[in-house]
Amino acid sequence: MIELSQIKKAFNQGQPNEYWALNGIDLRLEAGKVTAFRGPSGSGKTTLLTLVGCLSRPTSGRVRFKGQDISGLPERFLTEIRRQSFGFIFQQFNLIKGLTAIENVILPGFPSGRPRAELMAAAEQILEQLKLSHRRMAKVEWLSGGEQQRVAIARALINNPEVIIADEPTANLDTALSREFMAILEGFTADGKTVLLTSHDPLVVESNAVHRVIGMRDGCLVDA
Amino acid sequence: MNVWLEKQRHLIDFTLASLARRKTKNIGLLLAYTVLVFVLASLALFTQALRSEASFVLAGSPEVILQRMVAGRHDLIPPGYIEKIGRIRGVQKQEGRLWGYYYDPVVNANYTFMARPADEVATGSIMVGATLARARGLAAGNVISFRSYSGKLFAFKVAAVLSPDSELLSADLVLLSEADFRAFFEYPAGHYTDIALSVANPQEVRKVAEKLSASLPDSRPILREEVLRTYQSVFDWREGIMLTVLAGAILAFAILSWEKASGLSAEEKREIGILKAIGWETSDVIRMKMWEGLLISLTAFLLGFIAAYVHVFYFGAAVFEPVLKGWAVLYPRFALVPTVDGLQIATLFFFTVFPYTAAVLVPIWRAAITDPDSVMRA
Amino acid sequence: MRRPSTLAFVLLALLGLIFVLIFAHSWRLTATEQSRLQANRALVTQLGLTDLALFSESRYTRHPSQADLHSALQDHPGAFDHFPTGSLLSPPAHLTATHERLAGKTTSSD
Repeated sequence: MIELSQIKKAFNQGQPNEYWALNGIDLRLEAGKVTAFRGPSGSGKTTLLTLVGCLSRPTSGRVRFKGQDISGLPERFLTEIRRQSFGFIFQQFNLIKGLTAIENVILPGFPSGRPRAELMAAAEQILEQLKLSHRRMAKVEWLSGGEQQRVAIARALINNPEVIIADEPTANLDTALSREFMAILEGFTADGKTVLLTSHDPLVVESNAVHRVIGMRDGCLVDA
Repeated sequence: MNVWLEKQRHLIDFTLASLARRKTKNIGLLLAYTVLVFVLASLALFTQALRSEASFVLAGSPEVILQRMVAGRHDLIPPGYIEKIGRIRGVQKQEGRLWGYYYDPVVNANYTFMARPADEVATGSIMVGATLARARGLAAGNVISFRSYSGKLFAFKVAAVLSPDSELLSADLVLLSEADFRAFFEYPAGHYTDIALSVANPQEVRKVAEKLSASLPDSRPILREEVLRTYQSVFDWREGIMLTVLAGAILAFAILSWEKASGLSAEEKREIGILKAIGWETSDVIRMKMWEGLLISLTAFLLGFIAAYVHVFYFGAAVFEPVLKGWAVLYPRFALVPTVDGLQIATLFFFTVFPYTAAVLVPIWRAAITDPDSVMRA
Repeated sequence: MRRPSTLAFVLLALLGLIFVLIFAHSWRLTATEQSRLQANRALVTQLGLTDLALFSESRYTRHPSQADLHSALQDHPGAFDHFPTGSLLSPPAHLTATHERLAGKTTSSD
């Protein structure tokens, strides 16, 4: 479903602090499976996720999504694909402070012009599945870490994307909440969604919910 | 179309929720902006209405007033002067006017005394303007004394108080008989203050003025059109106080806009990054900010203008009264006829709404076009 | 949950309505205003008035249209105004601009 050919990504190109985050990645990712990327910090895991999820473009190489080359698309189309097909869960959650949980959840649906009632209904349903209904009117800065993460997950799901991308999802959670997260992941697979995630956490990487683990080091894949 | 509308509503929802996070600051901003519009709109409305009223009522002014000049200063009309005018064609009526100023030490006010024919005011009686009457506590039937410049005390009976509706014209008037006027001011017999001439045909007025200057070289004709023009330039933006107020308002507005345009905080930049990361396009972010600017400036404009209208036409521009009164003691109570000059208001609208909206958009331009990738790295 | 944009629209619509009403209100002179203006104009004609009684601080502010050059400009055109309302009125144009038509035909200055 997702193909990467000869992906290279550099930062600050041409300047003295030029840094190559990815040094030629060739990869094929299957649909409907949970794939985990592991590796030390600086290995390029997060960069890889951003490229796959249309948040940035490769310096060279091609990314194909469902057969379509997306690395060369103009911003408008890239954004549309990102909105429709990918849902992001950031390590820092990146929720908008000052807004309530449910307001945060419906945000990704705004550009599509879907009626507010429809968005609210979808959001309430997702929040209920994540057992967060009772907190939907709370401002996000007042939520606990676990609750914030669930809001972040809900937000990623509002547009019903095919691919969920999560960056270090359990980094800010205790064991109990981490296990809960893995259970949610299994729910995604049951729904036929593809999941990509990065993690240091053995609890995640060695979990049964994860179908494939890919190692990375210094911007290259490592056979693990 | 509906999708587009719904999307704009979403953007507005977000921008309002965003503004509500800092309620005090944003309400303060809105208030400051509204006050600015209020002052400017009040000035514009008041000026327009006053000029409009002046044009209408002063259209009844004499066509030509002839003054006599001695060494560049206004001097009295000597006896025989009026006859010298002779029969200039076009002049229907010419009459000497008697009027002057009187300083009343009781209330430190200046009055304008005018002599009127016997059928209007009898000797021993006076008619006073309503403002004056209020200041001295006068009503019809009261007696009031004035001390003339020679030290003598003159007592007059108030026959009538002029209509309060005419205060703008008659605030400080004291109308008395010619005999009383001459006695009070010890005005030399046969002399007049100036001459009022009526000319039937408006096209003829300038010609008449020319002829007058020719036959009476020490005279200065003042035409009605000049009288009217004097009041068209009242509160002109080039005048001292007006310029100061306008400059102050413009400066305040510039500061307001500058504060907005001077860049985003790290928090704001991060939020724009988040919006883009979750699927908002650059154009969505920009449009959302544009709504913010438009909503605030539109609300401020409407509120400020409505408040200004009420202020000027229902409260008599009370805020400006101290300025307009200056050092005078008598200030007429008057209600202006509500007039709105569409062009002035449109100008005010464009100069308040668009610069502010632009100022809101400027700083987010750069943030809006950056890659959302940086959010991941935060 | 109340939608913020609805509130904003309602408020703006209300303000907009009042704004339009103001224009409508000021469009037509009421009968009382009309009669008041006419009465004032008649008074001006009857008494031969030439100025509004707005600024009674000094002679040239009280009768700006009748002011001579010296009172309006004090000692010289650049002299400061002693009276606050003097800064609201400029000296009448006919003092500072010449009568082009009469120029050269009079033997005294304006």
